[in-house]
Amino acid sequence: MDLAYDAEDEAFRLEVRQFVERSLPDAIRRKVIAGHELDKADMAGWQRILHGRGWGAPNWPVAFGGAGWSPVRQFIFDEECAMGGAPRLLPFGLKMVGPVIMAFGSPAQQQRFLPGMMSGEDWWCQGYSEPGAGSDLASLRTRAERRGDVYVVNGQKTWTTMAQHADWMFCLVRTDASAKPQQGISFLLIDMRSKGVTVRPIRLMDGGCEVNEVFLDNVEVPLDQRVGEENKGWTYAKYLLGHERTNIAQVGLSRRAIADLKTLAGDERVDGRPLMEDPLYAARLAETEIALDILEITNLRVVCEDAKGAGKTPGPAASILKLRGTEIGQAISELAIDALGENALPFDRSRMVGEVAGNLADPAATATPVAAEYLTLRKTSIYGGSNEIQKNIIAQSVLGL
Amino acid sequence: MDFDFTDEQALLRQSVERFVADRYGFEARRAILASGPGWSRVIWNGLAELGVTALTVPEEHGGLGGGPVETMLAMAALGEGLVVEPVLASAVIATELITASGDATAEAALLPALASGERIFAPALYERGARYDAGAPGTRARRIGAGYGLDGDKLALCGGGAADAFLVSARLDEGLALFLVEAGAPGLLVQRERGYDGTPVATLAFDDLRLAASARIGGEAGSAIRSAIDIAVAALAAEAVGVMRRAVALTADYLRTRQQFGRPIGAFQALQHACVDMFVASEEAWSAALLAAGRCRDADPTRRRKAIAAAKVTINKSARLVGQKAIQLHGGVGMTDEYAISHYFRRLTAIERQFGDADHWLKAYAQA
Repeated sequence: MDLAYDAEDEAFRLEVRQFVERSLPDAIRRKVIAGHELDKADMAGWQRILHGRGWGAPNWPVAFGGAGWSPVRQFIFDEECAMGGAPRLLPFGLKMVGPVIMAFGSPAQQQRFLPGMMSGEDWWCQGYSEPGAGSDLASLRTRAERRGDVYVVNGQKTWTTMAQHADWMFCLVRTDASAKPQQGISFLLIDMRSKGVTVRPIRLMDGGCEVNEVFLDNVEVPLDQRVGEENKGWTYAKYLLGHERTNIAQVGLSRRAIADLKTLAGDERVDGRPLMEDPLYAARLAETEIALDILEITNLRVVCEDAKGAGKTPGPAASILKLRGTEIGQAISELAIDALGENALPFDRSRMVGEVAGNLADPAATATPVAAEYLTLRKTSIYGGSNEIQKNIIAQSVLGL
Repeated sequence: MDFDFTDEQALLRQSVERFVADRYGFEARRAILASGPGWSRVIWNGLAELGVTALTVPEEHGGLGGGPVETMLAMAALGEGLVVEPVLASAVIATELITASGDATAEAALLPALASGERIFAPALYERGARYDAGAPGTRARRIGAGYGLDGDKLALCGGGAADAFLVSARLDEGLALFLVEAGAPGLLVQRERGYDGTPVATLAFDDLRLAASARIGGEAGSAIRSAIDIAVAALAAEAVGVMRRAVALTADYLRTRQQFGRPIGAFQALQHACVDMFVASEEAWSAALLAAGRCRDADPTRRRKAIAAAKVTINKSARLVGQKAIQLHGGVGMTDEYAISHYFRRLTAIERQFGDADHWLKAYAQA
């Protein structure tokens, strides 16, 4: 057992750090650090820069054009990118549908779809949830009927992140209404420009519009855009859910959030002293930072297990990382909005849009992003299998309840 | 970066686990607790034969030369069986106090008997009224001729009830010092008691106790004590993990078998999620134990202190959650002495307070 990274991994960390420092455009970095909205060009731009370096798909094998990194290196990469203020790579292509296409797609599908995910040219969104199918995803009702060489898809998806920017949607649809819920589902790739696709943004309580409703009205989807076999979609969906667990806990992001929080709480004053030195606040902060230290070890345990090629099944480890990762992220945002106190109340979303002018640490400029972050992070314990669903998974798979 | 154990380490873990399973079942433990001294010399000798008492003693003094990882694996296995024999006190903490002091004479004189299990030492570092501060004891030592005189009171709440000698910290004019005091020494009053967790504890009172010059462990006592506390926390964290794992398993078992409303109570989601919280806490505790074992000898003092503090805070939170929920989920029978779970709860409750509670270590973390 050794908690230290070996020399090669340390050298790799340095290489990533220097690359991020050198290659991440300052305007993007400032937006990320200041908590401003990123537009499509920012995110696609960073993806393109990474792709140019050969790092467009950290988690993919070399055979598919990926970086072919060990799970430990992927973890280091994510951590350094987060600390360096890089935008998060969107998971929908790289971490979700990409691995499914690699595992179950045809060679033609692999050639057609994978390169665009890596280069940032094609944007993907996830068509899973429906108004009547949230945690009980298998009850989804969007249906696809075969007519000649197309499926005709009708129904509605919701909570579809980034659908307004997406070129493609991977979508679970019901192809056999008579089968048991899990057995009549297929996995389709839908061109968002198809006739009959309507995207309606949903404004959330933080003022942003990152999720959408997607209406599918007689949308024609060629048969060769079905991944794998008909009615086996649930299997592929489950594979996808469990595939990515290297960075599910978002340790790097939370590290940067803690660093930002310390700056914030150092500037705020209570009883004439920095809030950071207030014993009650310092205790809460220490408690949260300790939870993150421990989460990092738990995450590294999983990463090292994955490095040995152990089972890539969802398993309890992914559930623990999701549970604790989201709880800790939320706790940090709570400490941040608490640090600003009532001063976080004046809220002007327009302050989060566009280039960041002036000082990054300007208190007036931080209020809106801090409040928005607290509000928006409520989502993390709901999405990706709510935290209660994660507990159900652990209860069944580990405790035999 | 890896979390693998060597073949020798895996073997050590297996052999201690097997020993606990074969010789320290719940009924066997009850019989030991019901016996006069409340702990078993036979078990102690068995642990010595396994090498547990020699684990971290350097090879030149008859030990196995192991480190924090070996300690962690052994302690986790002992925790599963709620072993009350004083491994933590003697094999871990006393051994560390002596080796960390750097006093070669004391090492040569004392370590071989600790390694063989022939002698049992317990630390006496804390005092009533000073809580978890081991750095400024009220117990005073003064020079009398070539030797020393000792006055004051000490707590020996980790294994003290089973020790035949104590490593006592005291204040000399020039600073902190460590002394080896035999349990039968004139001028020492030892009050041996049982903890609510069944462990053998003691409180000590020194009344003009006279010690020979050779009783003093040389070297820098302050740093030896700090190092021993780091090592103690790491070992205790591992023991706590063993206790918690067993508590989670016992509770899940109970939920699967106990029937109410015509079904196993484990079918109820409120109870499932409470048990999941216990499991998650026990996994975090294991991460904490790994962090502590990996960093308790870190050359960077801030990193070491933060890791130890983080580990103890995490262990304490987990121990409380696991222990309390385990009793709640067992319902009335969890309250009884007859059910194993109440014994696990009691040990977890004690562990939370040994070598610093959560507030103590939170402050240490914030200030590190």
